[in-house]
Amino acid sequence: MSTKQILIAGFGGQGVLFAGKLIAYKGLIAEKQVSWLPSYGPEMRGGTANCSVIISDLPVGSPIISNPDVLVAMNLPSLKKYENDVVSGGIIIVDSSLIAEKVQRDDVTVYYVPATKMAKDEGFATLANMILMGKLMKACDYIGFDGVEAAVSKVVPPKKANLIDVNLKAIKAGYDFE
Amino acid sequence: MAEKVLMKGNEAIAEAAILAGCRHYFGYPITPQTEIAAYMAKKMPKIGGCFLQAESEVAAINMVYGVAGTGKRVMTSSSSPGISLKAEGLSYMAGSDLPCLVVNIQRGGPGLGGIQPSQADYFQATKGCGHGDYRMIVLAPSSVQEMASLTIKGFDLADKYRMTSMILADGTLGQMMEPVSLEEAVINDYDKSWAVTGTEMKRKKNLINSLSLVPEELEKLNFERYEKYKLVEENEVMYEEYMMDDAEVCVCAFGITARIAKNAIAMARAQGIKAGLIRPITLWPFPEKVLEEAADKVKGFVCVEMSMGQMIEDVKLATKCKKPVSLCNRVGGMIPSPEQVLEKIIDADKGGNE
Repeated sequence: MSTKQILIAGFGGQGVLFAGKLIAYKGLIAEKQVSWLPSYGPEMRGGTANCSVIISDLPVGSPIISNPDVLVAMNLPSLKKYENDVVSGGIIIVDSSLIAEKVQRDDVTVYYVPATKMAKDEGFATLANMILMGKLMKACDYIGFDGVEAAVSKVVPPKKANLIDVNLKAIKAGYDFE
Repeated sequence: MAEKVLMKGNEAIAEAAILAGCRHYFGYPITPQTEIAAYMAKKMPKIGGCFLQAESEVAAINMVYGVAGTGKRVMTSSSSPGISLKAEGLSYMAGSDLPCLVVNIQRGGPGLGGIQPSQADYFQATKGCGHGDYRMIVLAPSSVQEMASLTIKGFDLADKYRMTSMILADGTLGQMMEPVSLEEAVINDYDKSWAVTGTEMKRKKNLINSLSLVPEELEKLNFERYEKYKLVEENEVMYEEYMMDDAEVCVCAFGITARIAKNAIAMARAQGIKAGLIRPITLWPFPEKVLEEAADKVKGFVCVEMSMGQMIEDVKLATKCKKPVSLCNRVGGMIPSPEQVLEKIIDADKGGNE
């Protein structure tokens, strides 16, 4: 890898920014250069939210992503909006419990993960985002699983430390999903 | 070195201000800088500091005036429309020779504009945003690490020269997270015998005031202040040169657009075009000398700005229009893409710009 651009997109409230922060910390712990840029403003409340994470061996130039290497789509509007921006040979990870449609492109690798349903079934209904991050770690060897505990304990606020384990469980579920 | 943590640019400014010994923050919320106030609201009470949400921006800057008069480190922050409201206070601060730090996390304008990033307050920051003859030291960070380090530097320069330092950043830098390592700040001890701290009947009273009704005296004050500004211009210019050694096209950009320019320069170099960047870190004092020297070496300049072209005027002045200077811009909250900058670099390399 030299520079990888990851775009995570969905509705406000799905934990898009939190998921991005986890990946950014993962990069930081692996001693990569990273940047994390959220969409901000009124759209954060219930509208679309997205988060751009760049992981690089070199200092990060622009933190703005126009052509992601990886798109994680957590709702249909996000998939529609960004599907065609993904680089050829890139990766798209879709929450297939929320998005019934298939990706139209045939030059990218697509992973359909019923993350929202899995999260509900496993009893951690709010952690579909972490399941998708687990899949992302599996799909991208430059992110990988190593150091995940450290990254999770960085992003979960100290007052909610009791939630570290369940987050790890959700990530593992996504990582193991075939 | 301190451990690297991920922080938003806004949070890095707030934490760095605390490290720099600032214990007084006055502000009024406005997107996209609200995290600064939120951080201060959380931290200040825990360290014996003062966070106060004022009833307006005008009130906040005048509270800053009050604390600055006592010689304590003090700051306020806002975004573009809020800075316009503070303009009167900034002029009074200058007229009273008071040090303070003001942060502007710019958004699109004019008027209420939008909440997305912009660099269109360059004129306001560098040409004096209130009335009268005065300057502010204007620092333009380009990373979260610089949001922190220039905040510390800003407090130091403000004390050193008894004037306002302004951090001029934008919504992207305020909102983005990057690894940052925060070190204890070195706090220099500058003479503050001018401060209003109570005479205890032991010394003559100090007076802090910007009113001066005798023209001869007011003229003298202005001349003296500009002698001080001359020292700032001689001693405090900061800039970054990037790939300028063999550059034939010089991109000039500050803050977030400088990072976009670096991507474009890498793309240009991959095509065999020798492009480089001069990034002013101090917008005032402006790095005139390095630009003038570059003008003797390069074919042309490309100014990348999120405004209708403001810094470009200073680039043209600094380079004495020896070489063509073209503008690459987006406005209203839009951000130029590296591809757009690359196109302008290619034009400049062909000598195709006006």
